[in-house]
Amino acid sequence: MDFLNALVALLNFVIIPATAYGAQLALGALGVTLIYGILRFSNFAHGDTMAFGAMVTILVTWGLQAAGVSLGPLPTALLALPVGILATGLLLIGTDRVVYRFYRAQKAKPVIFVIASLGVMFIMNGIVRFIIGVDDQRFADGERFIISARNFREITGLDEGLAFRTSQGITIVVAIIAVALLFWFLNRTRTGKSMRAFSDNEDLALLSGINPERVVLYTWLIVAALATTAGVLYGLDKSFKPFTYFQLLLPIFASAIVGGLGNPLGAILGGFLIAFSEVGVTYAFRKVVSYLAPEGWEPEGLLQLLSTDYKFAVSFGILLIVLLFRPTGIMKGKTV
Amino acid sequence: MIKSMEPKHMMLFALVAVLFIGTGFVQSWNTTLTIFNMGLVSAIMALGVNMQWGYAGLFNVGVMGFVALGGLAAVLVSMPPVDEAWAAGGIRILLGLTLGAATIIAAILAWSRLPKGRMRGVAIMVILIGGFFLYRAVFDGGVEAVEAVNPALTGYLGGLGLPVILAWPVGGALAAGAAWIIGKTALGLRADYLAIATLGIAEIVIAVLKNEDWLARGVKNVTGLPRPVPFEIDLQNSSWFLNLSDRIGADFVTFSSIFVKLCYASLFILVLLALIWLSEKALNSPWGRMMRAIRDNEVSASAMGKNVKARHLQIFILGSAVCGLAGAMMTTLDGQLVPGTYQPLRFTFLIWVMVIVGGSGNNWGAVLGGFLIWWLWIQVEPIGALLMQGITAGMAEGSWLRDHLLDAAAHMRLLTMGLILLLVLRFSPRGLIPEK
Repeated sequence: MDFLNALVALLNFVIIPATAYGAQLALGALGVTLIYGILRFSNFAHGDTMAFGAMVTILVTWGLQAAGVSLGPLPTALLALPVGILATGLLLIGTDRVVYRFYRAQKAKPVIFVIASLGVMFIMNGIVRFIIGVDDQRFADGERFIISARNFREITGLDEGLAFRTSQGITIVVAIIAVALLFWFLNRTRTGKSMRAFSDNEDLALLSGINPERVVLYTWLIVAALATTAGVLYGLDKSFKPFTYFQLLLPIFASAIVGGLGNPLGAILGGFLIAFSEVGVTYAFRKVVSYLAPEGWEPEGLLQLLSTDYKFAVSFGILLIVLLFRPTGIMKGKTV
Repeated sequence: MIKSMEPKHMMLFALVAVLFIGTGFVQSWNTTLTIFNMGLVSAIMALGVNMQWGYAGLFNVGVMGFVALGGLAAVLVSMPPVDEAWAAGGIRILLGLTLGAATIIAAILAWSRLPKGRMRGVAIMVILIGGFFLYRAVFDGGVEAVEAVNPALTGYLGGLGLPVILAWPVGGALAAGAAWIIGKTALGLRADYLAIATLGIAEIVIAVLKNEDWLARGVKNVTGLPRPVPFEIDLQNSSWFLNLSDRIGADFVTFSSIFVKLCYASLFILVLLALIWLSEKALNSPWGRMMRAIRDNEVSASAMGKNVKARHLQIFILGSAVCGLAGAMMTTLDGQLVPGTYQPLRFTFLIWVMVIVGGSGNNWGAVLGGFLIWWLWIQVEPIGALLMQGITAGMAEGSWLRDHLLDAAAHMRLLTMGLILLLVLRFSPRGLIPEK
């Protein structure tokens, strides 16, 4: 029995990566859920919005790197992030003016909005591919590790190393700041309150003099900030490839639905639930168990429930279970 | 059947025909026929999506998954069985799969039969977890044994060795089965939920195709599927064909390739015509009117005693089966199953553009959209490249921007498709051939 080593292995391979991934999913799902709450449709262009924001940030990062600007141990991308947010905000507001506002005025059915968002998805995907191409892009710089596996072994004297990457630490810190800002905005400011009112009961909100266009404008801006942040953090942590951002749509939607569409707290909960299940189900637990098992009882197999190629199946499975048994999500979301 | 079309809409078909014939003169007849054959397959896919969306208002974004299932059917039906692999572990894999299915059925039975309470939850958990480990124990060994059999050439169980045409209805049936599972869970909820569930099943189908090597060799691809039409090389060696090509006065190598494509085209046209005839009959029958009534007002339809959820399930399965059929036809045409080529933008969202542009709710519209959009999808690339050459003509040779723009021309098609979809949705939401 070697409890400490088992714990370190679990932290290193499951808990830390899943927390970082969960934070990225939560930020993405918050964007989806906000659009759903205020504009009342599922935005299929969200993955590509994230890709667009990340792309602008990467381009600015490269510019800064070329100019010799850096944040020392932190990645330069953090400095470029506000520019990415601004550009994405402009793009989203432009899209709203050109595409979605027309259907809002018509009071079109939600599914028409969804189809329009498919068109937007095509265009954004095209723009991203047009500008930066389809290949993997690396833009992380600065210190790679907060704690490296070797240092950890030397300090603690344990066999098992624990690596805590800077990108993971930054993801968690930035996500906490972003969520805190969002909730402060929604609960404390006048605009935030009017957004919640609009989401709860549109007619009543209109009756009390809330300007819907203003609410929509702020929603897109916040969504731009959330999507860009999520996209950049994901890119720093893994790598930037436009197609993977499109594939993130499924876990992000699953997070938002599992938590309860339209419910920001639910989106965060859903993000972590999906991330932990995905990593937990696809991780080979052999190492952890062999530390815990008595001498001579070490497992032979990998003890992996599903191969990593099936990680989408995990989000999908959770989604199906929630749809079957609790279609409004864990935290009650909008009507079914 | 043709009578149901107005002259204005015949003109649109004539216009598309001109596009294809023009391609023949400008590029080559071979190119035209290649585009035309895929256009036929696309038209069938669009018919399937149109059944779901146009008749019933169901939003399916998992077309790719159903198409890929059809492709799988082509392999499973037509490839010769690999006897060695069957001997090594085929029975074990089948037994494993049966155990897996039995576990799920047992869990569902436990859910519906046992009295509500904590005991039921515990029993279901025990069944699921125990069943999962039993399934893995039996299944994994079989997979390992099968994949070890000559992995460079086979490493999979092979198919049934039947004529490939039989795979077309089987592909439809596979897709219908998947649609039943999805429909059972996601129909009756919000429209968006069905969309996301179908998006998920499509990704999973592709993941299974890529990773289950014992099934269809995964990313090693299955090539050399049997063909329903003669091979070019056999034609070139047969005297009647050489006589024929002499009489026409064509080069016999080019003509053999054109001849094969024409054979495919006639098979596909038969299927397309049969499907159009059936869909037109269905759409104009009491059943079709009921579907549209449900689509337009679910509440009043259900007040009239129509079972909305059951009808939705029915049409969802039918539409998916048509997509599966088209998928099997496409794999037959390609002669190979390459799971890596299944991209959602190409196989799901492009089909949606076809339906919306053609005219949702109108079968002829969907067919027109299928041909037109497929032609554009292919031709936008050379047109984009020409455009880019025009734009960059004034730039310095070898400049960074010039190279980048020329490279990026390949991505023009996504932009164009998005633009077309948004423009049609905004300015002509009923499409080119609107519903009557």
